[in-house]
Amino acid sequence: MSSVHDWEAPNPVKTNRSGLIGKAVDRYEGPLKVTGTAPYAYEVEPPSPAAYGVLVTSTVARGRIVAADTAAAEAAPGVLLVWTPFTVPAQAERPAVTDFWSASADPALEDDRVRYFGQAVGLVVADTLENATAAAKLVAFSYEQEPAQLVFDQHLGEARDPPGESDVRVGDFEAAFAAAPVTLEGTWKTPLQNHCQMEPCATTAWWEGDKLTVHTSVQMVRRTQQGLALTLQIPKENVRLLTRYIGGGFGGKGSSYEDLTLAALAARALDRPVKIALTRQQMMTVTIHRPATVMDVKLGATPDGRLTAMSLITTTHCNRRGTFTEHASNFARSLYAAPNRLTGHRLVKLDLPHAGAMRAPGEASGMLSLEVAMDELAEKLGMDPIQLRILNEPEVDPETGKPFSIRQLVRCMKEGAQLFGWDRRLPTPGQVRDGRWLVGFGMAAAIRGNFLLPARCSFFVDAEGVITVRQGMTDIGTGTYTVLAQIAAETLGVPLGAVRVEIGDSELPPAPGSGGQFGAATAGSAALDAGMNLRKAIAELAVADAGSPLFGGRPDQVTFQDGVVAIENRSERLGDLIRRAAPDGLTAQGEIRPAADARNWSQHTYGAHFCEVGVDPVTGETRMRRMLGVFAAGRILNWKTARSQLTGGMIWGVASALTEGNAIDPRYGSLINQDLASYLVPVQADIGELDAIMLDEVDDKANPMGIKGVGELGISGAGAAVANAIYNACGVRVRDYPITPDKLLAGLMAKGM
Amino acid sequence: MKAFTYERAQSAEAAVKAATATPAAKFIAGGTNLLDLMKLEIEQPQHLIDVGRLPMAAVEDTADGGLKIGAMASNSHAAADPRVRQRYPLLSEAIVAGGSPQLRNKASVGGNLMQRTRCAYFYDTSKPCNKRQPGAGCAALEGLNRNAAIFGASHACIATHPSDMAVALAALDARVETLSPTGQARSFPILELHRLPAERPEMDTHLVPGELITAVVLPPPPKGAQVYRKVRDRASYAGGLASIAVAGPNVALGMVAHKPWRAVDAEAALAAGATPAEAMARELDGASSAGRNDFKIALVARLGAAALAEAKGERT
Ligand SMILES: Cc1cc2nc3c(=O)[nH]c(=O)nc-3n(C[C@H](O)[C@H](O)[C@H](O)COP(=O)(O)OP(=O)(O)OC[C@H]3O[C@@H](n4cnc5c(N)ncnc54)[C@H](O)[C@@H]3O)c2cc1C
Ligand code: SF4
Repeated sequence: MSSVHDWEAPNPVKTNRSGLIGKAVDRYEGPLKVTGTAPYAYEVEPPSPAAYGVLVTSTVARGRIVAADTAAAEAAPGVLLVWTPFTVPAQAERPAVTDFWSASADPALEDDRVRYFGQAVGLVVADTLENATAAAKLVAFSYEQEPAQLVFDQHLGEARDPPGESDVRVGDFEAAFAAAPVTLEGTWKTPLQNHCQMEPCATTAWWEGDKLTVHTSVQMVRRTQQGLALTLQIPKENVRLLTRYIGGGFGGKGSSYEDLTLAALAARALDRPVKIALTRQQMMTVTIHRPATVMDVKLGATPDGRLTAMSLITTTHCNRRGTFTEHASNFARSLYAAPNRLTGHRLVKLDLPHAGAMRAPGEASGMLSLEVAMDELAEKLGMDPIQLRILNEPEVDPETGKPFSIRQLVRCMKEGAQLFGWDRRLPTPGQVRDGRWLVGFGMAAAIRGNFLLPARCSFFVDAEGVITVRQGMTDIGTGTYTVLAQIAAETLGVPLGAVRVEIGDSELPPAPGSGGQFGAATAGSAALDAGMNLRKAIAELAVADAGSPLFGGRPDQVTFQDGVVAIENRSERLGDLIRRAAPDGLTAQGEIRPAADARNWSQHTYGAHFCEVGVDPVTGETRMRRMLGVFAAGRILNWKTARSQLTGGMIWGVASALTEGNAIDPRYGSLINQDLASYLVPVQADIGELDAIMLDEVDDKANPMGIKGVGELGISGAGAAVANAIYNACGVRVRDYPITPDKLLAGLMAKGM
Repeated sequence: MKAFTYERAQSAEAAVKAATATPAAKFIAGGTNLLDLMKLEIEQPQHLIDVGRLPMAAVEDTADGGLKIGAMASNSHAAADPRVRQRYPLLSEAIVAGGSPQLRNKASVGGNLMQRTRCAYFYDTSKPCNKRQPGAGCAALEGLNRNAAIFGASHACIATHPSDMAVALAALDARVETLSPTGQARSFPILELHRLPAERPEMDTHLVPGELITAVVLPPPPKGAQVYRKVRDRASYAGGLASIAVAGPNVALGMVAHKPWRAVDAEAALAAGATPAEAMARELDGASSAGRNDFKIALVARLGAAALAEAKGERT
């Protein structure tokens, strides 16, 4: 079995001789994307003209479809096919139990049950998108409605422990909280959120004989491909799934939806390529969302600010049929020292669309409670919030007692405070005015777990000395293409221009895909291994080739730099060697697995957010003016793409604090915000000065490169810094996110402002 | 979207003629509102008459020292005109407070006035909406009605008119010029363009079918300061929760009614010497809310008092 100690040896990424690792390299696929020539799934040209499918969705929240009238739709211009649960071709049955990491059948239009408003219940395929859209409106369903549970707040009493989970206790929380000289207690609420990826879920599918090709927009290649094969009951070798360019995933494309299954089925039925994309409105319900939470926080402390008791209990919801739990309490298990601790989750079953993973599941919601509670506690204690956090900095993981692999949270807070000018913050709210704005500062800590999953990769060098990286990995806009190219170039000592990256294809060596901020570490480590193996193969080739100046040398003495292989002053170009000695090129495989002892360490990424807001005390409007994040997330592979991930996350945090969320109409079970004009993500004008700084760090317990993820760290805690800044600006706490003008106004008025 | 036919109008006269000659015809200018509604089948015209390229995009001085803005002028063009910015800064600010630069580049002045409500239930075709389908009922009445009207609503509809520009025009006593289907030119005060919902919320305006807006005419600006303020959930590209336009003695409120709302009670109170806060309180005597929009009454009181104070040169 492997150990993290196997990763201590030097390797080209660590040595970074060419300096490519960490460099702010432009995106590998950037030119294609900005010139509109990167074909996204819906834009891929199939071998013959496609037909276009449009989904029909349910208009009740719970019940049974008793009849479907498709006559008008079938008679409409251009219509080729109309399916309902009564007419859809047979597919495999959904297994009773599924787990996220293994593929399982996901039949579309599987039965006559309606489980939520906006569920896919029909499909219309026509010769054009317009005809299909028009005809989809003509499919009429009759429902036998059943009473639905729709309002989260009204069903909190039915909350249960999520399946297989129970609370985690350390010490005696209740006794310690009761005895604590200073306590802070509160309930925070976050709303349901939608991913709102720019690119909707979409599929282009066609068959050649019994072989199916699908171009689709998903984060996980292999699992989706195998799931589709299971659904269609065909051998998985007969399904090729490609997902080359993805316009945002954020967890929402960790699963696939009816567009995939139905495009494949319809293409088979029509013997013609079929394209299906979800509409923006359908994206809100047919896919998953981040569920609402109610979070109860209790903190007990000594008068000098030492936490003696800490509790965070999160109640959240999922569809009656699902099991997904928003683990918003998990992060609190490793964040602050407190001898008596209680954390856990409760789940309410509702007749709403499926809850699921969304960027930093858990932390993104959870830190909006505890990190504000810490701010409130600091005020109660008369302490600076950074001081309070430093005072409660744990030596080892406060729940498990395991050592931290590395933890630079305090450094993030201290450096951030200095760079931001935290010393200019006045602890008493409402003291600073700039024109009509009251100005305040807030800060919050950030923590997000780090993970490594099994992955493979292959490297190929051709007779031109060009390296091709091949991996069934995805780039959801994060920079995967680019960092894989950097790792390959650095490992083989070739310029970036001599690297090609092929990802997003089920025929390539499997990688788990993008999610949980494990992508770069997982895919990259497998790539490094493939690169090392290719180095070895090239070195052996060179020293065994009589025509090479390196002939007769020792393979372990061969160096790779600037496209040249050398042993001391004997050298030749990599391309020359391959052309002569292996004209068909050389391939090497690589692999990474989590180390057997990886769990002996508590491993996370950390950060600190600092925010300045303005609050208009007349209208309750809040505007973010300035924000800084300082992060410690292992070695950074690409300064530019990493920074972009972090600032993107911070922006989302600002949105969670100020604008973002959906609401359920309690009468229908539908969502009120169904497009991007009403579901408010930030626009440019909402984001003032924004910067993210990455501390030098190497986490040698993480993987052979010492890197970690950054994709989810930036959002974690960011919204709490905004909320704390709002309080510092105007003296009002709103514990029900987002903090919109109407809510803040109520608080301002209650204060007589 | 339903299939439709299309023609590009060669003249205003031809446009109105075509509008009456063809059943279920509609004008299209920038298309920024109409096309969204057509995609959702909220609007289902069978024929589109493109008026966007008619030569009515100029901003011209009028003899009395006012300005005439052609109905086809883009929102961006109108807002950027130096005369507008100098003499009617309120109008420029109001236009720029709406939508995004892309929308304003495409949107016309006429289309802006004729844009339809942003009521969420109007957009959700699975819900009853009297404006979309007369007699169907109103889902907003008992629903998530955070954006609903506080003035002049009816039991049939509580939607608001979302235009920013129209609020400024209302405070500036602008007039609307039209060409009717019979070829008749009309001119009337902007406050007579939009109507209150009463029993017929499907009708947004008093225009007759096929009547084309050709221009908006501004009289010389009233004496006194001009202020436009809009409260919104995000800093740009968001419909307002409420807005106010102050032009000298004139006060108009936005996003609070089915039409731009001229605050005549507040104006009268101000003229009689009331403080801004007192004047707003007087205006809001006539306000009523529907649940989720209760906050709007307090918001408008505070926003109005602050904007009126700002116009008087007081610090807010
Ligand atoms: C996401 C989004 C956000 C927005 N936010 C705001 C905002 O904050 N504030 C704001 O004020 N507006 C906002 N708008 C609305 C925008 O201002 C309008 O869409 C635009 O002004 C409409 O102009 P248009 O020329 O594109 O009209 P079109 O879409 O072409 O037409 C709209 C309607 O007007 C009719 N029409 C057009 N021209 C004439 C004419 N000359 N005579 C008679 N009828 C005519 C058409 O038949 C149609 O019914 C927003 C729009 C969007 C899509
Ligand atoms: S308020 Fe008016 S627009 Fe909104 S649902 Fe009711 S009738 Fe329709």
